[in-house]
Amino acid sequence: MKRSWLPSLVTLAVLVFFFAPLVMLVVNSFNASRFGGEWEGFTWQWYERLWAADEVWDTLFITLKIAAVSSVTAMVLGTLAAYALHRFRSWLQSFHSMLVTLPLVMPDILMGMSLLAFFVALGVELGMTTIWIAHVTFCVSFVTMVVLGRLQDFDFTLLDAARDLGASPWVAARKVLVPLLLPGILAGGLLAFTLSIDDYVITFFVSGPGTTTLPLRVASMMKGRNLPMINALSTLMIASTFILAAIAFRLQRRRA
Amino acid sequence: MMAFFAIPAGLVISMAFRPSDLRGGVGEGWSLDTLKALAEADYLPVVWRTVWLSALTMLICVSLALPMAFHMARVGETWRRLLLLLVVVPFLTNFIIRIFAWKTLLHPEGALTQFLIRCGLVSEDAMLLNNAGAVLLVLVYTQLPFAILPLFAAAEKFEFHLLDAARDLGASPWQAFYRVFVPGVRRGIFSACLMVFVCALGQYVIPQFVGGPADEMLGNKITQRAFADRNLPHASALAACLMLAVLVPMLIAAIARRVSGKEAAS
Repeated sequence: MKRSWLPSLVTLAVLVFFFAPLVMLVVNSFNASRFGGEWEGFTWQWYERLWAADEVWDTLFITLKIAAVSSVTAMVLGTLAAYALHRFRSWLQSFHSMLVTLPLVMPDILMGMSLLAFFVALGVELGMTTIWIAHVTFCVSFVTMVVLGRLQDFDFTLLDAARDLGASPWVAARKVLVPLLLPGILAGGLLAFTLSIDDYVITFFVSGPGTTTLPLRVASMMKGRNLPMINALSTLMIASTFILAAIAFRLQRRRA
Repeated sequence: MMAFFAIPAGLVISMAFRPSDLRGGVGEGWSLDTLKALAEADYLPVVWRTVWLSALTMLICVSLALPMAFHMARVGETWRRLLLLLVVVPFLTNFIIRIFAWKTLLHPEGALTQFLIRCGLVSEDAMLLNNAGAVLLVLVYTQLPFAILPLFAAAEKFEFHLLDAARDLGASPWQAFYRVFVPGVRRGIFSACLMVFVCALGQYVIPQFVGGPADEMLGNKITQRAFADRNLPHASALAACLMLAVLVPMLIAAIARRVSGKEAAS
């Protein structure tokens, strides 16, 4: 039977639609023209200016610090949550699983607004700690989901075998469960890391003075005049996202 | 998790009933003042705009994602993997960067505007930026993966021999697609609609950067109340409204799923 060409055409169009803006961005970061309307010659000058912009590198450092701390916390909490969700079934657990899935679908702004109200009500000063808590809150759900997927393939008789051979519950968990779950946990952690770096909306709500993360910096630069510099910065960020995505893809595939 | 998600959500709703004080904090006692202000201030056009922009985004996304999911489910394994990766990668790129990319493209001196002018499609002084069209375009751009992924998941399970059967029985390709494939993946369509609609409702960054002052959505109002006016109760009241707007379609979906699940079981 002859296949219609329309679906493939739509697919092609959508992919062009997806990538054209990103490609333009990368091309423009080497373009001497300010707005990128036309090509005015190849230049490294935007990258040089970016290199000299110390405030950008400071925010990068803060962003990475927050991302590292929150992804590690989310990895630990998410793994525990996934284990609890998988092992025990009760009405409390179905409530728990609803709590885990809700942040996945909730619009960011509601999460940001809720957390802001929460911190203000508690009288916590906005800053690193609040960003950390907020990032852990939304990352945990993603880690839990990834680890849960991996737990579903896990053969729990292995744990019984370890216990029969004389391992204490703790040793059994550490030597059998954790190593087998590790690719899942790491993939979840990596996802949390990228999400934390990329988050704008929630961070915007809970950040305080002196804790500007990279997306916040880019957004404030967008209101200023240094537009081509953002092109250069974006290109670097896109490149690092691609690399992280590739690593995560590898980790996930290893289980197959 | 309880502490950091459920409690804040409840707090937002309760805060809507608190009066605001001048220092930008939350005052003592409870009142309905904020809710009255909410009814008085002309939020209705904003709410209306938020809903129709989200609905339109949903329609466009799903109608683009349907043929795409159809195509992706029919190609071979290698191609399918590659296409899936190509859909996910822009989705992983930073949100702000994607908006910025569109902002430069749509800028009066940007590439897309210049290109369209050269083709004679738009006039010299056309403004592509700062209008509802730009907001809609970027909304579709950012939400499209949310539509493609659930639809693809549904299409992957679809039995494509059914289409051949329909064709053998004399259906035109379009009829086969519309009468057999679309009902076959209706659950996927359903969840795609829900995802896109709910996510679009909460957007505020997109209208902030590519929209004009007349294109604000509910989210913009929330941030303005929270940061520009330092009126947290007011912002919370708006957020509570938005939360209701989000929860209603999700509840309907949950109920519908349960009902159809029971039908399938019986």
